[in-house]
Amino acid sequence: MATLHDSRPGAPRLALRGIRKVYPAVVANDGIDLAVMPGQIHAVLGENGAGKSTLMKIIYGVTQPSEGEIAWEGRSVRVTSPAHARGLGIGMVFQHFVLFDTLTVVENVALSLPGNPDLADLARRIRAVSERYGLPVDPCRLAHGLSVGERQRVEIIRCLLQNPKLLIMDEPTSVLTPQAVRTLFTTLRQLAAEGCSILYISHKLDEIRELCHTATVLRGGKVTGTCVPADESLASMARLMIGKELPRCERGAADGTGEVRLAVRGLSQATADPFGVALRDIRLEVRSGEILGIAGVSGNGQQELLYALSGEAPLADAAAIRLCGTAAGRLTPGRRRALGLCFVPEERLGRGAVPHMSLARNGLLTAYGSGLLRFGMIRLRAMHELARHCIERYDVKCGGPDAQARSLSGGNLQKFIVGREILQCPRVLIVAQPTWGVDVGAAAFIRQALLDLRATGTAILVISEELDELFEITDRIAVIAGGRLSPATPTAQTSLEEVGMRMSGVWPEPRPAIDEPEPDPDDGPCPPAGELEPWARRHATGKGHSHAA
Amino acid sequence: MENLIASVLAATIVAGTPLILVAMGELVTEKAGVLNLGAEGMMSIGAVTAFGVALAGGGPALAVVAAMAAACLMALVFGFLTLTMMANQVASGLALALFGVGLAAFAGKPFESATLPMVAPLRLPLLADIPVLGPALFRQQAMVYLSWLIVAAVLVFLYRSRWGLVLRAVGESPTSAHAVGYRVIALRYAAVAFGGAMAGLGGAFISVFHTPLWAEGMVAGRGWIALALVVFATWRPLRVVLGAYLFGGVMIAQLFVQGSGLRLDVPSQLMSSLPYVATIVVLVLISRNAHTIRLHSPASLGQPFRPDA
Amino acid sequence: MLLELEARPTASRRMRVLSPLAAVALTLLASLLLFAALGKEPLAAFRVFFLNPLRDVHALTELLLKATPLMLIATGLAVGYRANVWNIGAEGQFIMGAVAATGVALAAGDGGAWTWVAMLLAGACGGGAWAAVPALLRTRWRANEILVTLMMVYIAQFVASWLVHGPWKNPEGFNFPQTRLFADGSLLPILVEGTRLNAALPLALATLLVAYVFLERSFHGYQMQVAGEAGAAARYAGYSASRAVWIGMLAGGAMAGVAGVAEVAGPMGQLTESIASGYGFAAIIVAFVGRLHPLGICLASLLMALLFLGGEQAQQFINLPSSISKVFQGMLLFFLLGADLFIGYRLRFARAANPGRLSWKT
Repeated sequence: MATLHDSRPGAPRLALRGIRKVYPAVVANDGIDLAVMPGQIHAVLGENGAGKSTLMKIIYGVTQPSEGEIAWEGRSVRVTSPAHARGLGIGMVFQHFVLFDTLTVVENVALSLPGNPDLADLARRIRAVSERYGLPVDPCRLAHGLSVGERQRVEIIRCLLQNPKLLIMDEPTSVLTPQAVRTLFTTLRQLAAEGCSILYISHKLDEIRELCHTATVLRGGKVTGTCVPADESLASMARLMIGKELPRCERGAADGTGEVRLAVRGLSQATADPFGVALRDIRLEVRSGEILGIAGVSGNGQQELLYALSGEAPLADAAAIRLCGTAAGRLTPGRRRALGLCFVPEERLGRGAVPHMSLARNGLLTAYGSGLLRFGMIRLRAMHELARHCIERYDVKCGGPDAQARSLSGGNLQKFIVGREILQCPRVLIVAQPTWGVDVGAAAFIRQALLDLRATGTAILVISEELDELFEITDRIAVIAGGRLSPATPTAQTSLEEVGMRMSGVWPEPRPAIDEPEPDPDDGPCPPAGELEPWARRHATGKGHSHAA
Repeated sequence: MENLIASVLAATIVAGTPLILVAMGELVTEKAGVLNLGAEGMMSIGAVTAFGVALAGGGPALAVVAAMAAACLMALVFGFLTLTMMANQVASGLALALFGVGLAAFAGKPFESATLPMVAPLRLPLLADIPVLGPALFRQQAMVYLSWLIVAAVLVFLYRSRWGLVLRAVGESPTSAHAVGYRVIALRYAAVAFGGAMAGLGGAFISVFHTPLWAEGMVAGRGWIALALVVFATWRPLRVVLGAYLFGGVMIAQLFVQGSGLRLDVPSQLMSSLPYVATIVVLVLISRNAHTIRLHSPASLGQPFRPDA
Repeated sequence: MLLELEARPTASRRMRVLSPLAAVALTLLASLLLFAALGKEPLAAFRVFFLNPLRDVHALTELLLKATPLMLIATGLAVGYRANVWNIGAEGQFIMGAVAATGVALAAGDGGAWTWVAMLLAGACGGGAWAAVPALLRTRWRANEILVTLMMVYIAQFVASWLVHGPWKNPEGFNFPQTRLFADGSLLPILVEGTRLNAALPLALATLLVAYVFLERSFHGYQMQVAGEAGAAARYAGYSASRAVWIGMLAGGAMAGVAGVAEVAGPMGQLTESIASGYGFAAIIVAFVGRLHPLGICLASLLMALLFLGGEQAQQFINLPSSISKVFQGMLLFFLLGADLFIGYRLRFARAANPGRLSWKT
């Protein structure tokens, strides 16, 4: 391995040696060595919590290492700030974009450039770069009107305008459709061919195998190995990443004949939020004993749909949502819970749990109906008992029922929240982003818990951006795009590519249903299946497919 | 009749000027994402400092500078608490208000029976001779013209300069601004300091130029009204000016009623309470539409910024 | 930097209790500096200000008398503050409670030994009604309650002023702006002979107890706490935000109103223009220093009462204006807010390792 201070032609562009970063509660990086050559696409692979983001923050100057050295182009440096990093030639595209919503694209880019650039000239340069690298974007649009894919393009262009020698991409594909991922890879390959080094942070093994020249694997803050992804199998990389095989979920077959527990018909809602998405004529059904998944890149109406389903944004039309037969569109969240609905929200701290409260009191948040109250007063012992039971049953690693919610890791808190909802024996469970930011072990646990719940007859709706996850646990899949929902297809009968295409908003509409009767609550197993069959038949014969985005 | 209109206009402008000054300062502070509720306290400190310095023979100019410095210092204490010690902004602002008013009352005790000579207004040549508008607008105190200059400066700064753009970005998303590399805390300190200086200026105007005496509580809630003004104007400078003069008009309504010779049997307390009632009405009107507020308010207002270690 | 702040993994419970004490200690220290700066002998002035009000039993009863309205108001405010309902207008609700009680007293004239009970109820209703306006404006139209309650303080002062100058002015009062003195039945019964302690004190203590049970053990109290700490979680759980606002505002308003009765039907015995004595604002500080907890509020009210009385002593004996109390009260709050930093963070000496330095390891 080349030494740190080496200015020969074969020397690494960026070299890290012994990087260590200590936080009060955790050692995020421990003795990390890394070398990136010019023109190389170098993956940094690791699951959530392995220390990848911290390492990138150190390289980009957002934070300083506790120990260790950084060498840039053969010379030892200390990257003191993002501006300094940019001056060196390092650019970073963040996972959570750092655009200012009320400013235009040009203004946003201008903010990250030194000096006082002329906006008209800058707009010209933006157009030039965007054309050269296939990243279409309009410089004069306000940032809040951009789609997620467009925002990422702005971020990339912002970096490219400064002619970086190293580009850091932090989990870039978590917000892209499969087709958009292809486009991104083309751009990145072009950049690498021109001599730019790329640090590609991800936990997605197949993408790394497809795109990257080499990979450094992190686990628990340490480097567990380096490899050439093309020479490895998914299994061997997984073993480097998590130390064992990727866990698989056990699932039985879905029945498909349970009664309809959640029925949504003609759900439309305009949005008052200037940055929101309007819902248009959403239609879905979830039966007892099945898991329906909704795929989609964030920003297509998932938030609005979840608020409408949970009751936080009541609808004008009460019958648009039926919970176990009862019209629930205008009911408050409390009333919907009384009907048997439970909900795991996307945000853990601050919404699913109160950060400074103990786990016991957080259990009370939604599970108050499970015998925790008497005459309006809290039964302290019952409350503690519930929390203890949840912690034990769902393998929550914490300091006990009195531990503050914010002291738990993401995975453990998510297990607690999921457990709390499941322990209320819901008739319908809605889960948003069940394993976002959660380590692999906890993610597998949660998915298995959902599958087990399905077996007991609960109807489960999962909204997720992770296609792999949806394909693993759902029985049927629908796609939400631009506020509209596609018809649901059985997961076994569709593919990643097809779902990806639907994410751009085009899908074959079902034959207009002829006067369907409202599902009768006393009705037997199924509502009319007419809606699903014609589409499935059409798909099988290859007609009516959509074109690429 | 002409004289009446001119003098009503002139009085309205005078009444609105301290509001404009304080509200401009608060607007810049809030645009950076910091909610400083201590305007009443800072104004009081400014008022008592200016009066004390003027009484000691320092002259109006020095009094004004001293007031700005004193109020700025108080604002920096608030800034230290909220930006460096990361205390709750609402509680800290309230503390500043209570402390400032109390300190001013205490420090101003010796001044209670003193008066200052009236400061002569500054007549702008030529402009002052325009009928009606001339006497109304251009025979005012120098501070009034200063307030107009300050409004213009704030407009240029916020919407035409780079640092104004950065300030707005900081107010919208401090974490993004930090990630891009701007020094969020330093910028916020500067915004808070400016807010303090303006509040001091407003207070000085009241005690030295408007009614040149000192009484405990003479600021009479104008700091709070200025805060409401910023919300009412949805954080836009020109609307602040409009609102300030509207309020100024309400405040002098009592004088207007008496001056017009109408024999209304309205208790004086009712007239005096009009500005406060008006503030409530105005707040309700503007807050009804959550949409507007969301669109224009700095998104990070009131939330502490914690840079990662 | 030599010293740096480091986030604690969990909030320090010890510091939650220690920081008010630290704030008190700092205030006492600062008082010595302030006295010296004002040209008074520090220790002597300290004795006059802080120790005189504690010198004998009679002085202690005065302390309790002063602390009672603070306890009442701060308890009510704390219920609201826990839910992020910022009632800053307790001063105005205090006045309106006094006004309502005065109305009952004047109507009752000389008769009735139990008028004072009706007055207490009227005071609670008066203060509650005055707080209902900002509650309504917030729940219906999202108007910021900080500004509305404050504006209503000024309006309440004008209402009281108009009443004592006009309709309720004592015809035999030599034209002073004050009402008639209340009859015996319209005054709160005295608890201990020879002192001014009245029935308001047991009422205040009872309020503390009720608040404790409500906040710590009832589900409504829990809901309000969630609403204050994590608004999104409260909405997720389906807790009614408007109910939290109403309970918070009415609790503060009613208690402030009762405190107003305690004043006007207690030591004052009539309604005058100086009914507004700063209790409403001081109670805000009491609520914070008391950590929004009934026990803390009890102790903090005693401290705050001490500061009030100290100011009076200072005016009488060492020629300092009584408004020096307000300076100390404000200082106390500042120090508390600063000390609270250490609940979530601790000071550390910067690490010795210099990452940029070359180290020739193999």
